[in-house]
Amino acid sequence: MSEARTQILATIRGSLKRGSLPAEGQAALDQRLGQPRSGPIPARSQLDPVARIDLFVGEAERVDATVDRVAGAAEIPTAIATYLAGRNLPGIIKMAPDPALRAIPWSENTALSVTEGPGVGDDMVSVTTAFAGVAETGTLVLLSGPEAPTTLNFVPDTHIVVIDAGCIAGTYEQVWTEIRAAVGGPLPRTVNWITGPSRTADIEQTLLLGAHGPRRLHIVVVENRDPENG
Amino acid sequence: MPPTTPRPSPRATPAAGTGDALESTTRAFDANTRRALADTNLQDALARLSHGFPARRRDAVARMPEFEQLRDAARDIKVHVLENLDAYLERFEARVKDNGGQVHWARDAAEARDLILGICRDVGARTVTKSKSMIGEEIAINEHLENNGVEPVETDLGEYIIQLRHEPPSHLIAPAIHLSKTQVAETFRKVHEQFPAERSLEEPRVLLDEARSVLRSRYFEADVGLTGANMLVAETGSVVVVTNEGNADLTQSLPRVHVVIASIEKVVPTLEDATAILRVLARSATGQEMSVYTTFSSGPRRPGDLDGPDAYHVIILDNGRSKMLGGDFHEMLRCIRCGACLNHCPVYKSIGGHAYGWVYSGPMGAVLTPNLIGLEDTGKLPNASTLCGKCEEICPMRIPLPKMLRHWREQQFATRQTPATSRAGMKLWAFLARRPALYRLATGTAMAVLGMLGRRRGRFRTLPMVGGWTAARDLPAPQGPTFSSLWKQRNGGTS
Ligand code: SF4
Repeated sequence: MSEARTQILATIRGSLKRGSLPAEGQAALDQRLGQPRSGPIPARSQLDPVARIDLFVGEAERVDATVDRVAGAAEIPTAIATYLAGRNLPGIIKMAPDPALRAIPWSENTALSVTEGPGVGDDMVSVTTAFAGVAETGTLVLLSGPEAPTTLNFVPDTHIVVIDAGCIAGTYEQVWTEIRAAVGGPLPRTVNWITGPSRTADIEQTLLLGAHGPRRLHIVVVENRDPENG
Repeated sequence: MPPTTPRPSPRATPAAGTGDALESTTRAFDANTRRALADTNLQDALARLSHGFPARRRDAVARMPEFEQLRDAARDIKVHVLENLDAYLERFEARVKDNGGQVHWARDAAEARDLILGICRDVGARTVTKSKSMIGEEIAINEHLENNGVEPVETDLGEYIIQLRHEPPSHLIAPAIHLSKTQVAETFRKVHEQFPAERSLEEPRVLLDEARSVLRSRYFEADVGLTGANMLVAETGSVVVVTNEGNADLTQSLPRVHVVIASIEKVVPTLEDATAILRVLARSATGQEMSVYTTFSSGPRRPGDLDGPDAYHVIILDNGRSKMLGGDFHEMLRCIRCGACLNHCPVYKSIGGHAYGWVYSGPMGAVLTPNLIGLEDTGKLPNASTLCGKCEEICPMRIPLPKMLRHWREQQFATRQTPATSRAGMKLWAFLARRPALYRLATGTAMAVLGMLGRRRGRFRTLPMVGGWTAARDLPAPQGPTFSSLWKQRNGGTS
């Protein structure tokens, strides 16, 4: 099919009334690609850290996610067990094999049953971390990898995401900068932006949650407050 | 069972060897329109659409004071891309290969269909899950797979419903918008034989849950997942796919092979550029601030990954677009398929998507379709517009749709595809326009007569020679002197 490639590129150049880009044109593109420029940044996300976390929570709730704010990692198991019990959901969790999640004392105060692996057919509840949050729209940013199978974000009925409050940025652009710095090479295989639980309005424009992805998205924001002064 | 009028079915077999995607019923546009106007189910659906989408878009725009700046930025990105399209496609291709993926190029629909079928055959695929793709519709991939023993399964709820009904989509982002829940229930009762026949299917929730449960196993069975792309990112070789349902993610992460089909104009330079366009996409489309799932995928499963496809293919389709570059329809290539021009178009809102007779509808369809399948079969489309300008006003990419509709009309006139009465009328107008005195006399007389005739109601129900116009709307009666006599008064007699 390289014949198709040659012909398509030739037709494009013919329509643009030029040949291949000259060297200086290529250099300009290299520069544009090498130093990505941000477009206009909405003012609403330019806030101090406290207000930014509040905006993130408010926007996430606006799109039907539920949010729990906990003082520290030690509170996560109880918070999740309480959330599940309150909705009559089983305390059986499929967890991402993530060191940060493994460090959580799951069985100290709860009867949660925790296994690890990718999302499979009968998983009801998954727990993952997020790389970042975007306050502008209450969006979570998740990166795939050996410690973060992407199917956990889509297969189970309930997706619980644990995020450090310090990882909540104002805008998507800030998160791209952080991802580039963190991975230092090609992007992770998938970068998932998740803004609320799955939904559809395909039947008579009636908005319904839980189309093919999770019916519920629950976000646990870990504020790392000093529990005494929090 | 409510009375339903049979719909035009453009899902014919692809014309062999021509690269044509699917036969259009656009030639029957007048009959399609009459049928649409008489279809009460459709009219109810269109009323729901007219109240829903535009109001939600308005609210989202109101929450984003920078929206006009964001539109400018999004437009500028695409303007830049189109000027450098060849170079960005080459960059994108190189990055996909770096990521371990494969890139294929298709000049037309037939080549794209064969490429997809070839990939399916290489892995012995029996089932392909599909996430909604307009390009998939454009190349009529489902029929091709079916005819060759591979089962395509649409997973977007709306697409799934219309696949069961053997209908084309009637809207860019809401493919089953023309159907009532009763029609959906009838279809499910007929096709989902595994469930008790007498079950209740009244509520949309029940219909959704039934579709969800049926599709669950299909996702896990599929050998190949086929998705479209909202954008291709040259910087990273990433494919951006946006959905609300999560179906595209199950489609691309569960099967062994992920195939992406995307047209050439989908490429953008960087992740920041993609982000700028995403800020206007959902707001324009559904009035959401951001769609639920925006996924940037870059190549197949990496070492150590516990999930994801083993193979990753991107098919880059031209199908007439490279010829649109640099010409009268260049700007149409900025379109991001948000559907806003449909939702705000008085014609679309009266007749729905099927009347347009092919894959794309509304103002964007009226401009794009003749580019893709020729003006000869689609000549009615550029005339299915009042040139009211609402589409351009609303288009996030600021595409001058009315201007391009006029280009088509001019081409029709130039190639003698305009009906004889219109041609005679235009000739008469041209004759008069070159003779100012005669023109003033003729228009002055005509206005005076029309003014007198229409005075009582202020509008005309019917007028000789322009029955096509007055059949579906009233023509306001002239309310005063002609433009040229006003101009003359203003300028103290110098004209
Ligand atoms: S023409 Fe503009 S408004 Fe219409 S679908 Fe394309 S981008 Fe949206």
